[in-house]
Amino acid sequence: MSRPVSYQEATARERLQQLFDADSFEEFLPPSARVISPHLGQLNAPVAFDDGVAVGRARLNGQTVYTAAQEGGFMGGAVGEVHGAKLVGLLRRAVQDQACAVVLLVESGGVRLHEANAGLIAVSEVMRALLDARAAGVPVIVLVGGANGAFGGMGIVARCANVVIMSEEGRLAMSGPEVIETASGVEEFDARDRALVWRTTGGKHRYLMGDCHSIVADDIAAFRAAAAQAIATLAGQSAALSLSALEAEQQMLEQRLQQFGQLRDPVEIWSTMQIPDAANIPMLDVESFIATASKRRMGA
Amino acid sequence: METLNYRFEHGSRALTAQPQVVGVVGSGNLEVLIEAAELDGACSIEIQTAAVGFGAIWQAVMHDFQQRWQLANARISINDMGATPAVVSLRMDQAVQTMLGDAA
Repeated sequence: MSRPVSYQEATARERLQQLFDADSFEEFLPPSARVISPHLGQLNAPVAFDDGVAVGRARLNGQTVYTAAQEGGFMGGAVGEVHGAKLVGLLRRAVQDQACAVVLLVESGGVRLHEANAGLIAVSEVMRALLDARAAGVPVIVLVGGANGAFGGMGIVARCANVVIMSEEGRLAMSGPEVIETASGVEEFDARDRALVWRTTGGKHRYLMGDCHSIVADDIAAFRAAAAQAIATLAGQSAALSLSALEAEQQMLEQRLQQFGQLRDPVEIWSTMQIPDAANIPMLDVESFIATASKRRMGA
Repeated sequence: METLNYRFEHGSRALTAQPQVVGVVGSGNLEVLIEAAELDGACSIEIQTAAVGFGAIWQAVMHDFQQRWQLANARISINDMGATPAVVSLRMDQAVQTMLGDAA
């Protein structure tokens, strides 16, 4: 076994290099094409030559998949007009070429607020393109393991996918911790309490709540194996979002609200779910956690 | 933002490989895009930096870089978000080494 390589600490391009077969990533609109944000320059802000996302195709165990990786180091992976258009173009191209899957390496705080409406529209177009891809039979797999997590519009995009794979370090939610604290007060949510932030938005809670489908260690090889397994599992199924799946989801959310709506902390939720030694859940390594959680989690 | 341009003539080391980008435009960091380009043997460097007023230091760092590598027919483009001179030098070396591989 080779030494684990942290997914969280890698850049978007390092993830693409190591997640897929060696040197198989073929980029569409590479940095040398210089397709940059038309808005940031007007605001006297720095630009990136790829606008913070690399899109293209690569091979996973010899199978061609379409992929995008958001760079959290550039403006927290936020989605601007060009960034969003690249994601939309990738998803449309995957449909056109009838790709066997799209793998999105999501790391984003959501809409790039500098670009205002253009960024908002871009994110909604990504959602539509993702659901169009699913309707056309192309499954979408989302990986969440970067330091910036998947928040705001990209949190929604992630939950539109067929499968979400997370590490404990990855975070997935709608409003970020600071946003909740600002809007509702520190009594509601203390954004500086990092343990609370990870208990609430981190991979373990998402796995227990049924918001992500598998949880892996912070290791690029583990993400690779989980993505390959998800593609194999999805191969025999319909990728499209169905009415019955939506209704089941709605039912699960109603049940969650009913059972847990009055509770103050994820540990209370885990206790209510009869998870043994709930307070110790954050301390478990990923294997022990899965052994404890996989049979008791929601949607199991 | 400030835009700085440098051009060094009569380089000797040619670049032939595909364009490469290294680094990320984050706080205290920069991205360096390096490409082969027909420039009469020169190496041209264009910098977009968020830190205004450091032209003299950039000049010195770029001069040292070209002294080390003597690049010919190379176009280097930089998006900078306030990287220190040492970080700039390391990133630029990384860009050349990534492009040349074992030949560097």
